[in-house]
Amino acid sequence: MIKSTLLIAVARMLRGLGARMIDRIWRLGAGARLFFLTIFYSGESFRRFHLILREIYFTGVMSLLIIIVSAFFVGMVLALQGYNTLQKYGSSEAIGVLVALSLVRELGPVVTALLFAGRAGTAITAEIGLMKTTEQLSAMEMMAVSPIARVVAPRFWAGVISMPILATLFSMVGILGGYLVAVPLIGVDDGAFWSQMQANVDFRVDIVDGLIKSLVFGVACTMIALFEGFDAPPTAEGVSRATTRTVVISSLTVLGLDFILTSFMLVV
Amino acid sequence: MDRTTIDLWVGVFVALGMAALLGLAMKVGNLTSANIGPTYSVSAAFENVGSLKPHAPVKSAGVVVGRVDSINFDGSKFEAVVKINIDQRYAFPKDTFANIYTAGLLGEQYIGLEAGGDEANLKNGDKITQTQDAIVLEKMISQFLFSKASETKSDSKEPDVKPLASAKASGSKAATKAVELGDPGF
Repeated sequence: MIKSTLLIAVARMLRGLGARMIDRIWRLGAGARLFFLTIFYSGESFRRFHLILREIYFTGVMSLLIIIVSAFFVGMVLALQGYNTLQKYGSSEAIGVLVALSLVRELGPVVTALLFAGRAGTAITAEIGLMKTTEQLSAMEMMAVSPIARVVAPRFWAGVISMPILATLFSMVGILGGYLVAVPLIGVDDGAFWSQMQANVDFRVDIVDGLIKSLVFGVACTMIALFEGFDAPPTAEGVSRATTRTVVISSLTVLGLDFILTSFMLVV
Repeated sequence: MDRTTIDLWVGVFVALGMAALLGLAMKVGNLTSANIGPTYSVSAAFENVGSLKPHAPVKSAGVVVGRVDSINFDGSKFEAVVKINIDQRYAFPKDTFANIYTAGLLGEQYIGLEAGGDEANLKNGDKITQTQDAIVLEKMISQFLFSKASETKSDSKEPDVKPLASAKASGSKAATKAVELGDPGF
């Protein structure tokens, strides 16, 4: 009696686990299909470029404030923390290198992507999810307008274009924040701050690699947000869950991709 | 084509991004530091350049006056030939001394130029003959250890007398054996 109920419970657990795994793989395949469809339809949306411009305004321009303010604080904290350790070794002039390299290589792309997922990704998911709930997407299909060309592709390209710009801004503003703390506040030599930075930051290796990272993160974050919106069950609860999933999956994907990209870039 | 406010904002956004990239390239990266206006090229041969790299600064009296252009190996003389570009504004005598120094204990390596007293100045394509190699830390440490080891060898002869004296006093077999092992030349 007890044995059979235990067996049933274990079997149910395994079945649930299997169903979840199959669901995940299903969603992965559907996401890949949406990605290829987006690429396929993007020619059409590039011909109506004002749609992309509108989305750049909503995803990129509207994210400027949060990006700039957080970059400023991240840079200032980096300078403070870096100085604390570096001055023990008598090399507080290297603070410029520390701030610049950590921002340009890692924090710029990664923190921007995380903020972007929270600020713009959720908006995209909620908007598309609500469009689906209110049957706007079906109405478009009815009028022989492809929702992928009209809704998905412009948002995708807007995200891909915005992300490198935001990440570059993040790095630059962060370095300015670090400069403000290091030079006027702590009293590190102004010339040493910049010259050490210039001697150790390479354009090709550090800045371009950071740009490549942010481009990849832009594709990943935007695609995840679009797919979650497109895939959301057409209910209030479904949209809210999809929005949450966007943030969680985007953040994890960005951090995982960052490791992979860094390992590729540093080996060479 | 009608212009909208959104166009303006997107334009501002893209311009900001461009400005930031330009700032990163010019102010943070080393894209500009490689060219310092018109330069003339001089070469110098070193037996060992240590970890000197292209784009490393060339300093005189602590002021950057040029950059290392390239470092090549001369297969016939087995030495490193370093090409350096010096700012056209600064002229150096022909017998200028080129050293490879290290900034701080663990810092980057750079070339220091010490001006000589010659009347004629270095011209484009000239060769600096007086050079001093980079200090290789391992070499210095091994030299130090060797000299320390030879010091301890010469020191060790004196304390060996003591066990001999104690061994004679006690007369035990083990002690005499220890003396034999301890100083065979005695």
